[in-house]
This record gives sequence, structure tokens and C-alpha cells, in this order.
Amino acid sequence: MDNRGLVRLFQFTFFAAIFGLWYGVTSTGYVSSIFLPELPVLARAFVKLIISGDWISPLQVTLYEVGCAYAISITAGTFIGFLVSRSKFSTRVFEPLFSSIFAIPLIIFYPLAMLFFGLGVGSKIALGATVSFFPIVLNTISGFSNLNPVYTRAASSMGASGFLLFKRVLLPAALPVILTGLRIGFVLCFLSIIGGETLGSLNGLGHKIVFHAESMNTAGMFTYIIFVIIIAFILNTLVLRLERKGAHYR
Amino acid sequence: MSQTSPASSAANMPALFRSPLVARLGVILVFILIWEFGARLYDDPDFLATATQTAASLIPLIQDPKVLSALGYMIVALISGFSMALLSGGILGMLIGVNKLSYRTFFPIIVLIYAIPQVTLLPLFVLTFGIGTAVKIVYGFTHGFFPIIVCVIAGTQNINPVLMTAARSMGASRGQIFRRIVFPFVIPSLFTGMRLGMSATLIGVILAELYASQGGIGYYTRHFSDSFEPQNLFALVILIAAAAIVLNEILRKAETHFSRWRQ
Repeated sequence: MDNRGLVRLFQFTFFAAIFGLWYGVTSTGYVSSIFLPELPVLARAFVKLIISGDWISPLQVTLYEVGCAYAISITAGTFIGFLVSRSKFSTRVFEPLFSSIFAIPLIIFYPLAMLFFGLGVGSKIALGATVSFFPIVLNTISGFSNLNPVYTRAASSMGASGFLLFKRVLLPAALPVILTGLRIGFVLCFLSIIGGETLGSLNGLGHKIVFHAESMNTAGMFTYIIFVIIIAFILNTLVLRLERKGAHYR
Repeated sequence: MSQTSPASSAANMPALFRSPLVARLGVILVFILIWEFGARLYDDPDFLATATQTAASLIPLIQDPKVLSALGYMIVALISGFSMALLSGGILGMLIGVNKLSYRTFFPIIVLIYAIPQVTLLPLFVLTFGIGTAVKIVYGFTHGFFPIIVCVIAGTQNINPVLMTAARSMGASRGQIFRRIVFPFVIPSLFTGMRLGMSATLIGVILAELYASQGGIGYYTRHFSDSFEPQNLFALVILIAAAAIVLNEILRKAETHFSRWRQ
């Protein structure tokens, strides 16, 4: 049953209907341009933003926050995860603890972060590091503790121990699971930092969205929303590539 | 990397500490003690509340009718947003999933829209729906809808096509097919979707609450930080966090309970 052409036609119609509706309601003035900008206006605003280079500084701020937060959560997450996974007992103590904290929408702690670190980059780094710590630590624990015991027994009976055992047996076996945690952690880190910037900040991409929303510059808000979505897709694709590459390194 | 097995190292401890549950409570206790004495040592009552101060302000906080009504509105927004997401996601998901053509047309589109980070759209939602309860419901709904519909559609793909053909050839009506075949097959993934959808709805509602700080929880978090009452802020945050943990545990139990028929 080959209906690929029909499927493509339906999908094309769906998107055409949405953009047609958008064009229709804005150009006739049925929906005010305060809520939805006209498509040509939006396209022009987007091109203007890209050419002007105004996006460079907020992007730098956001990426700086993401970089710092992610460095903290990677270090703490893999280190603590590895230590916890060393015994079955500590895994059974800590794993449920971490996973129930992970179930909390951690953005609720953002007001505390703002109280401690202010409106600047510090509060976003704290939020991003906290949010991304949990998937990383949980996947590190599950990566190291779900090893087939035959591997470690075989390796140690052949005289491998300490660092050699870690490098040749433990790490390669656990790496795919850990890398998935690192990817999920990165995505959550980026999103929570954009969220933090939206809720209260001085600079950054999320701040730009709010700034234009509050000054009723809807076209400006939409251009930054589209810009952030594009950045998010690029970063997602990048970390997914890295994860696949890393998982095949053995 | 010592080769002592976990069992023997655990056997050296007194019997009480061999239970992971007791050890877990111990870890939480140690954390609270570190918080308590760290906060006392740091001694900055404008920004940092101790554990005892936080616990003491918990009772007056939930007795304050205004805070209570803010929490109530948050729960109303959570339940309405979630029910809307569950109903529409469940029904649309089953309708899209049972037909091959609609599945191949709409599933990629749904996954594509799901990949858009909704946090970028928060100011847009507030611009459209104002800062009242409506925006919290709608923003919670759009967060919860996608995990539910994706799980339900994925669940419909597990339906054994032989059953569908058999039912049809034996003259089952559309309603009977949905009730007797599609629905039972979808239930396990529906519950997975419900758990994911509930935590997503909660994230949406809380984000909208914190952004629209004219009323509701967002107002009180800002108010408590601005008026240097960290003990109230800590208590409010911990209250919501605890509620989120309880909610998640209930849905996780329900998920394992209702997926059992498969095994």
C-alpha cells in the first residue's frame, strides 16, 4: 500500500491551511497585529534581526549560562553517579531519592535561585545546573549498575583492576546510557535557562522575548521566538549526533 | 575498587541500617541538618531561612486564606488543563492511530510540534490569554496534550491487526471495535502518557504562575522575596514540591497497576 504521495499532499495541505489562515486573519485585520504579526512584516523583521547582528549578544549570554551550568552538572552528575553505583546498597538508597526529586518541576525553585543569586547570570546557572544534574546522575547510576557481572568477573579474573578495569570494561559498557543522560541533561539545561530568562533576567534570548512582549512589539517577540526555536533545533541535532558518535566509540 | 560484595558490607551494619528505606530517611535527615546548621552559621535572615523556621511558617502559611486560594486556583488550573489534555489527546490519538493514512500524515506533524520548546511561547500565551487563570489552564493544556497524544498513538500501533480484521469480519460496529479492542490495547500507554502529561501540565501551570505575578503563586513567591520573608518562600516552594512528588507516585502506581493485564 503505497500512499506516500497522498500523505505528503495531506501534510502540505495542513501547513498551507495554517499559514493561509494566519495570512488571512492578519491581513484583513480580523486579528490585531498586537496579537499576531502579519507574515510579510514578520519575515522582514526576522531578516532585519539577522542582518543587524543584534542577536549575537543575547545568544552569547545564554550560551555562557548554558556552558557554565552544564559543566557543573556534568562534573557533579557523573562523579556522584559513579560513586553511588559502586555498591548495590547505595544505589538502592540514592536512586529512588534522585528520581523522585527529578519528578518535581524544578522550575519552582527558581524564585529561591533569584533570591540568592539575583537577576544576573548566577540564578540561571544555578537553575540549569540543578535541572540537568538529575538526568545525568540517574543515567550514570543505571549505566554503571546494570552491567553484566560476567564482564567484570571475567576481567578481574584475568587480572584487570583499578583504572584498567574502569577504562576497558566499566566505561565502555556504561557509556551509551550515560551519553543519553548527558543529552537529556543538555536539552533540559537549555530549556530551563530560557525559562529562567523569561521569568526574570537582565539579558539573554529569553529576556529578549519578554522584553519585546512587554513593549508590545509582537513582531519582535515572534522573531526572537523563531530564532530560539531554530537555535534549539540546531543544538538538539548537534547533541544527538554527538551521542550517536560517542556510543559507537568502542 | 574493593571487591567486597554489597551484601557483606551491609551485613557489618546494625540490622536497622540495612534497610535502604531507613538509610534514605537518614540521608534526608542529614540534608536537613546541614541546611539547618548551614543557615544558622551563614546567619542572613533576609535571604536564608533555617529548616526550623521554614517548618514553623508552614502552618500559618496554609492557614492564610489568600495563599490557600492561590494554591486552590493552581490546583483548579492543573486539573482543568490536564483533563482537557487527557480527553482531547486520548480521543484524537486513538482516531489518528487506528487509520494508517491519518497516522502517517499526522504523527510526524505532532512530533514536530512537540519538539518546539514551549517555554519560548510563554509571553505569547500571556499576551493572548491575559494573566488570569485562563492562561494557566491553556498553557498547562498545551504542555500536557503532546505527551499524551504521542503515547496514545504509539499505543495504537501495538494493536494486533488480526484482532481488528477478525472483529470486522464478525460484524463488530465501530463503537464495539473501539471499546473492545482499541481501548484495552491503548490503556497501558495511556497511563504512561498520563504520568508524563501530568508532570508536563504541572510544569506549564507553574511556569505560567511564576510569569504572571499579579496573582496566584507567582505573586506570593515575588512578594515573599521582596519583603525578605524567606521562611515563607521556602515553605511555599517545599509544599508545591512535596505535592508534585505525591502526585507522581500516585500516577506511577496507577500506571503499573493498569498495565498488568498485558503480562
